[in-house]
This record gives sequence, structure tokens and C-alpha cells, in this order.
Amino acid sequence: MSSASAVAAPADLVEYCLRLGDDCLVLSHRLSEWTGHAHDFEEDVALANLALDLLGQARNLLSYAGEIEGRGRDEDSLAYWRDDRDFRNCLLVEQPNGDFAMTMVRHLFFSAHQVALHQRLLGSSDATLAAVAGKAVKEARYHRDHAALWVVRLGAGTEESHRRASAAVTALLPLVGELFEEDALVQRLVSNAAIPDPGQISAEWNTYVDATLREATLDRPQVASRSGGRRGLHSEHLGHLLAEMQHLHRSHPDASW
Amino acid sequence: MPLGEHSARAAVASVCDPELPGLTLEDLGVLRSVEVDAAGAVLVLLTPTYSGCPALDAMREDVLKALRAAGFPRAKVEFTLTPPWSTSMLGPRARERMRALGIAPPGVGSTPISITLKCPNCGSLRTEETSRFGTTSCKSLWRCRSCGEPFEHFKALH
Repeated sequence: MSSASAVAAPADLVEYCLRLGDDCLVLSHRLSEWTGHAHDFEEDVALANLALDLLGQARNLLSYAGEIEGRGRDEDSLAYWRDDRDFRNCLLVEQPNGDFAMTMVRHLFFSAHQVALHQRLLGSSDATLAAVAGKAVKEARYHRDHAALWVVRLGAGTEESHRRASAAVTALLPLVGELFEEDALVQRLVSNAAIPDPGQISAEWNTYVDATLREATLDRPQVASRSGGRRGLHSEHLGHLLAEMQHLHRSHPDASW
Repeated sequence: MPLGEHSARAAVASVCDPELPGLTLEDLGVLRSVEVDAAGAVLVLLTPTYSGCPALDAMREDVLKALRAAGFPRAKVEFTLTPPWSTSMLGPRARERMRALGIAPPGVGSTPISITLKCPNCGSLRTEETSRFGTTSCKSLWRCRSCGEPFEHFKALH
């Protein structure tokens, strides 16, 4: 990201921050659904911690999106008053938690992407994106390590845990390509040196995830990619998630603790 | 440093972290700066340890309260993300105070992972991590295999 050709257009930055911010917000909500349901106390606390970090990252990104947009929308109005078609998160993060293997494989895939992306966003031509990434990358490393430990433990564990981890990899791999998708917005922001080239991120992702899956004795099947989230074309799961997340705020707009 | 700034700084520096009573915002390296303008208005700059630290609102309130008590009714607290907080920003007394609270402090160097931790209760090195994530974002959970006590570790963040 050394040859900045121009400053990124505000509208492009807004859209990009919504993508990253919605990823964090939606996955944070998914993880919070585990609270009180994990297999032991330590993991319950761990999942809540992951959710909390992601919520903080979402707040930073959505606040910044609202600020550049300049139409008076703050983090709360962006989180609670947009409908599913206006959400820009990837399909991966809105997938239901399924079993614990599904949740951990999803988190490995997502956090490996976050680490690779945020490390490079540190050099963004946009100072706020770089600052937000500076916090997030430290957190994402902990998340990635945690998810990788579990995926190895499940994959190389019992016959049953292997079967479940393997099913999770097969189910979620088709949704990974979307993380590295290069559409017109990404191309413009790459040329503005605001964001890194997705090719570099996917290369690092492949190296890390392949090594983890190998250690976990899990195969990586060839799959066809599915996408649409960045354009607001979501799976049916997002609507249900938003209904729960937004209900209280929409019913009682001025409620406070 | 003008006189007002000195006492404003002292008031803010004495504020404890809401989740780690016994450690001040200054000990934790969360306090970045305290400025007083010509009209006597105070601007305090804090930095969060983790993006999702839920204690930020409580910190803001506690800082404003301490400043009011010190005679600075007009004050503002802002948060900055740069440079990002790391455990290298912990103050000189932080580790000692953590030990006093029964929390194993992070190492001093830049090694990302401690091989083992000393039990803050009995001093044994026969300890193990039970979870990388603890009761707050900045801590992990450990157990001592000698005395059997569980304890918390303030995680290294680089």
C-alpha cells in the first residue's frame, strides 16, 4: 500500500466500514447466543469475551461510518434501524451457531481473515481505519489462537468430534471466498491505498488455515463459492438474528439502563 | 506545568479502574494526558485496553467525579485508539499491585506467551491455564496445581 493515487472517497469508506462493522456486529451477536450454553464455564466466558471484543470493534467501525456519512446516524441507529437488505456483513458470520464445532470452525475462518486483514490495514492511508485495526489485530490474534486450538482438538479428537468438525469445514468453506472478493469498491479502495490487496489476505489465510486443518487431520474439500452479503443479499438466517437483536430498541427507542 | 494542571492530573491519576480496584488508570497506562485550558476547563485523554472494554463509561464518570471534587467542574473525557494500548504501557507499580490483588501480572519482555506463571497465592510454578479468557477482557484464568487455588492472569498484549 505504498502508491496512494488519491484519497478514498467518503462514500467508499462508509460502505467499507459497514462491511467490516456489520461482520463484527453480527458475529458478536451470534457468539453471545452461546452465553449460558457452552460445555463448561471457561468456554462460556471465552465465547462472551470474543463477542465483547467484536462488539467493541463494531462500535468503532459503525461510529466512524456514521461520522463520515454525516447524516446524523450514530452506531445505534446503524445497528438497530437498518433492515437486513441494508446490512453488508458476509454470509459466513450470519450462519447459525450449530454445534460447538461449527462455531469454532466459523471463528477460525473469520479470525484468520481478521488477523491477515488488520495487520495490513495498519498501513492504511485512512488514519482512523489504521487506528481501529491497531486495536483489533491484537484481539483477533487471541481469537484465532483460541479457535485453532479447538479445531485441532476436535479434528484430532474422537471419531465423533472429527465427524462434526469435518462437517463444519464442508458446510462453511463455500462462504470463505466472499471474504476475499474483489468488487469495484475494493478495487477503488486498494488503489487509494486505504485497504490491502485481497490476494495478499487470502494467501496468508490459506497458509494459516491449511496448516491448522492439517494438524487437525481435517480435509479441505474443493467447493464452489457463494456470496451476496456485501450487496445485501443474505441468507434467511440474518432476518431472524436481526429480529432478536433489534426488537427491544425498536419497541422502546428511548429506553436506557 | 501550570499549577491547575498539576492538581487536575493528580485528581485523575488517583482514579481506580472500575474492574481492577487497587490499580489506578495511571498504573494501567490507560491515562494518556490531562490538559487544562486558560479558562480552567479540563480535557482528559484515555485509551481503552480492549476495543470492547465495557468499563469505559464508568471510567469517564469516575474521572469527571474526581475532577469535580478537586474543583474542576468543567471537564471532558475523550478516548483515543492511537497508539494502541499494550502491556508495555503498564506503570511501574502496576505489577506489584496486581500481585497484591492475587492477579499474576504479565511478563516484562515482549515474549507473547509465558511458559508458566508463578501462583500469586503460594508461589509455586506448577500452574496451568484453564482458559485464555477470563472475567474481563484483559485477564485469563489459571489454576495452581500445588495449592489448588484458581487465580487470574493479566494477559500480555503486544
